[in-house]
Amino acid sequence: MRANFLKTLIILLIGLGGNVMASDSHDHDNHGGHESSMSEEDESALRKLLVKEYINHHLEDSHDFILFSTGNRQDGDEKHVGFALPVILFDGGIKMFMSSEFEHGEKVVEKGGNYYRLYHGKIYKTDEHGTIKHDHETGDITNDMPVDLSITKNVVFIFLILLLMYFMFRGMAKSYDKGGDLMPRGAGRFLEPIIIFIRDDVAIPNIGEKKYKKFMPYLLTVFFFIWIVNLFGLTPLGVNVTNSLAVTGCLALLTFVIMIASGNKNFWMHIFWMPGVPWPMKIVLAPIELIGLVIKPFSLMIRLFANITAGHIVLMSLMGMIIYNSWYGSGLTFLLTVVLVLIELMVAALQAYIFTMLSALYFGSAVEEHEHDHEHEHSVAH
Amino acid sequence: MDKLIDGFSLGLFIWQLIFFLLILGGLAFFWKKILGAIETRESSIKDSLQAAEEAKAQVAQLKSSNEDALRQAKEERDAILKEARELKDKIVAEAKDKANEESDRIVANAREVIKNEKNAAVAELKNQVAALSIEIAEKIVKQELSSDDKQKALADTLVDDMNLN
Repeated sequence: MRANFLKTLIILLIGLGGNVMASDSHDHDNHGGHESSMSEEDESALRKLLVKEYINHHLEDSHDFILFSTGNRQDGDEKHVGFALPVILFDGGIKMFMSSEFEHGEKVVEKGGNYYRLYHGKIYKTDEHGTIKHDHETGDITNDMPVDLSITKNVVFIFLILLLMYFMFRGMAKSYDKGGDLMPRGAGRFLEPIIIFIRDDVAIPNIGEKKYKKFMPYLLTVFFFIWIVNLFGLTPLGVNVTNSLAVTGCLALLTFVIMIASGNKNFWMHIFWMPGVPWPMKIVLAPIELIGLVIKPFSLMIRLFANITAGHIVLMSLMGMIIYNSWYGSGLTFLLTVVLVLIELMVAALQAYIFTMLSALYFGSAVEEHEHDHEHEHSVAH
Repeated sequence: MDKLIDGFSLGLFIWQLIFFLLILGGLAFFWKKILGAIETRESSIKDSLQAAEEAKAQVAQLKSSNEDALRQAKEERDAILKEARELKDKIVAEAKDKANEESDRIVANAREVIKNEKNAAVAELKNQVAALSIEIAEKIVKQELSSDDKQKALADTLVDDMNLN
């Protein structure tokens, strides 16, 4: 009985997945057709499109902070509730204005003789009519793009998270002045075990008792940043920044820079002139090791990005099922969504832990004192 | 892949870098303080536990030495009691001896006195008996010699006695 139920569940799951995939591939074909009179098929296709758009919208950064939207786009009464954010462009000088001037991409903005248009979340330089030119063969947009340093939704969110972290840990540090040095108090009661965990189970085993201390601030900051950001990504606010490559890339780059900067002689020798192997092998190994070195931060960046993005896509797809109104679309999807949210809660912490763990591992490899010198002498003597 | 590269926003990257470096600097002091406090607490807990362990050992030692002292005191008390009992017995015995001696002496004295008194009494009795005898003899003699016949008879008897001798 139970096995049967499980089987049905798996089949349903695969079926649902197939549906999501299907909506993916049909996306472009449906794009033009939703203004014509709708058959039932068209309507369901439109629904799929809307869900897909909603998911993409959730995953992407945006130039304004929209909390929720009301109304329907095809009825023309869609309203966004939120606030505009400042746009900062570098295009032969700094240009600053509020994103509300774009009116959600419907208006062309003129600044200093240049025209800008917000198109699918990106700002392009256009002519005064806002024409977006496409390449005939690939369909890529050929318009110039100004350097966009806008304070986007994600930037605001990162700032708020970091502000929260600042006050959280300031409060915690202060609590040690008020007798917290005898027993953790307030936020420390919850945060201290985590900090001790990072120290004892992440930093010390990977970096070593002697050298872990100087990496602790980075490891702790990165752990709490990723974790808190991931958790906030699961709130109905729906702002997630770890599913953007820029953020994960930045964190991975910092790990890489710290690893390179703290690399000792042994570390570099192991990359460029591997001890203990014959010299032709050394020449072969050097480029491999070098590639390995560069892949490390790259894998960090992709891993965090992919895990969080995948989780959100699956979660949002399941939620989107409810819009299909199928008989299995409500109850079962609701249940699955709840289960998945719980899993995502775990993934939020897990990915933060993995990122911190691997960073610590890389730092450890950079500062490790190898005992190879002895082995080396040994092999020479033979 | 194109979509991924397309999705990489330079602006977000730069802001993230700036903000993250700022928070790294901003939190560095707090991390140092928190980790320092945790370490201090850990070492103080370790020290306290060690001190407690030592104190425990000390207490145990003290307890055993206390027990030793108690046992010693008990032994001493027993010894003192025993000694006292012996002393008492000795004193009592001595006193008894002395008392016996005294009583013996007193009895002996009494006997002496009694003997002396008796002797004196006997001597006096003897004296009185002698005096009475003399008086009686005198009276008898006086009676014997009261007539001439009698004097003559006495003289005869006396002469007879003498003859006989």
